Amino acid sequence: MRRRRQELLLGALGVLLAFGVCEAVGRAGLVSRSYLPPASEVLARAVELAGDPVFLDGVGATVRAWAIGLGLACAIAVPLGLLLGSVPVVDEAVRAIVEFLRPLPSVALIPLVSLLLGSGTETKVALITYASVWPILFNTVYGLGETDSLAKDTLRAFGFGRLSVLLRVELPATAPFIAAGVRISAAIALILAVATEILAGFGEGLGIFIAQSGLSTDGTRDVLAGVVWAGALGLVINSALVWGERRLFPWTPEHRGTR
Amino acid sequence: MRGGKAARSALLRWGVLAAAIGAWQIATRTHTSVYFPPPSEIARHTHNLWFSGPPTHAFLTPDATENILPSLARMTTGFALAAAAGIALGTALGRSRRAYALCNPVLQFARAVPPPALVPVFVVIFDFGTQMQLASIVFSAVWPVLINTAEGARNTDPLRIDVAAVLRLTTAERLWLLFLPSALPRIFAGLRLSLSLSLILMVFSELLPGTANGIGFTLTDAQSRSDLLTVWAALVLLGALGYVLNTGLLAVEKRLLGKGRPA
Repeated sequence: MRRRRQELLLGALGVLLAFGVCEAVGRAGLVSRSYLPPASEVLARAVELAGDPVFLDGVGATVRAWAIGLGLACAIAVPLGLLLGSVPVVDEAVRAIVEFLRPLPSVALIPLVSLLLGSGTETKVALITYASVWPILFNTVYGLGETDSLAKDTLRAFGFGRLSVLLRVELPATAPFIAAGVRISAAIALILAVATEILAGFGEGLGIFIAQSGLSTDGTRDVLAGVVWAGALGLVINSALVWGERRLFPWTPEHRGTR
Repeated sequence: MRGGKAARSALLRWGVLAAAIGAWQIATRTHTSVYFPPPSEIARHTHNLWFSGPPTHAFLTPDATENILPSLARMTTGFALAAAAGIALGTALGRSRRAYALCNPVLQFARAVPPPALVPVFVVIFDFGTQMQLASIVFSAVWPVLINTAEGARNTDPLRIDVAAVLRLTTAERLWLLFLPSALPRIFAGLRLSLSLSLILMVFSELLPGTANGIGFTLTDAQSRSDLLTVWAALVLLGALGYVLNTGLLAVEKRLLGKGRPA
């Protein structure tokens, strides 16, 4: 317990130190203040933005695209992963295709999808979905492979069919792996949401706020305030998912979170 | 027996891939769309655009040397810098519980920032160009390696640390024989994430207006001219690149972890 408190204290000290260094660098005038404003100014601006309805609408638009994309990715990847994981022939057959699609950096698809769908929400959602499918899909397949075969055999020996083995043993055993996949995808989805918005440059969203501030003179303070928001958003999402995993699957070592 | 099985599985994989490309070819031929050119044309275009140069230039066209090589150089430099910095800092942090506790919250925040959000900041500081692109790649790729290395070094078996103390190993020896080997699997997990982030940021930083060359530039340039063939060719190239890089890293990992791992 004391150790934990000491760690928290040290962490808080670390945050203060980092803040102090940024503040000092900003004030020292090593670089022009319009390039790198002091941390306190950035933070004040970030707080100020919390009361700006236009900005909040933008953040809402980003979060909405993120949530729809991630939801679609789950709806596609989990059933597909269960299919691939439980029918080896299908897995074998599509593996080569998947191995070629997966390493394609998804931001490279932004120009093509923008040509196809314009630069609205559909584009964002499509790209987020595409990028988020892979981690969930792979974790589902991997988790199925790790299922206790004794439990499966027992159920089969009692005459349960394939579907009920899947629902009673395999799906519950795979759930923690799927959750870990969703957590990885959540971070990727946020990257795609912000990246697409920055490149689109108009409409509404957190990325658009950042991109537009970057173009205006003395806009760095706003850009950095937007970055603070983006980081906080990522942190909140990740913490919520880790917390959910801990509550739902307390027995897995997975939830100690490596990514 | 095993050989036959492997051959059958390879046949299945590549057969299905070939069938899928064939189906794509037929579908795009019968149902012509500007947006989806047939794969045969994409392949021909890729060849003409980049790989039809003279043998003296390794068959690369000027277009390829002007765009693909700078992209690759930026990516590999950025990734190498991020990996070196991440492993060095991560080992330093992982060795001291206090240092780790001090930096952990800041690191978690830095990692949570979606990297593209920072690119506009680097654009302001460094202006457009290689410096900005390198900074973006390094800044986004360093966190996974750093955090994974620190975690790996932290989880060194305490018994082995005691043994090292008894044997009076020097700091360098401890690093080399103790912390690095035990962190290696985690380091590679971090490196894989960083590699794909480097590729993503390389493309992203080149997609921004203001860049003059690179694969990402080729993409935006083709997009603005509605040259769909070039867009597709660049996508194929990037997919192949990602595949090759990932496979290469996996091979290195297999070699290092397979042999150098302590019992």
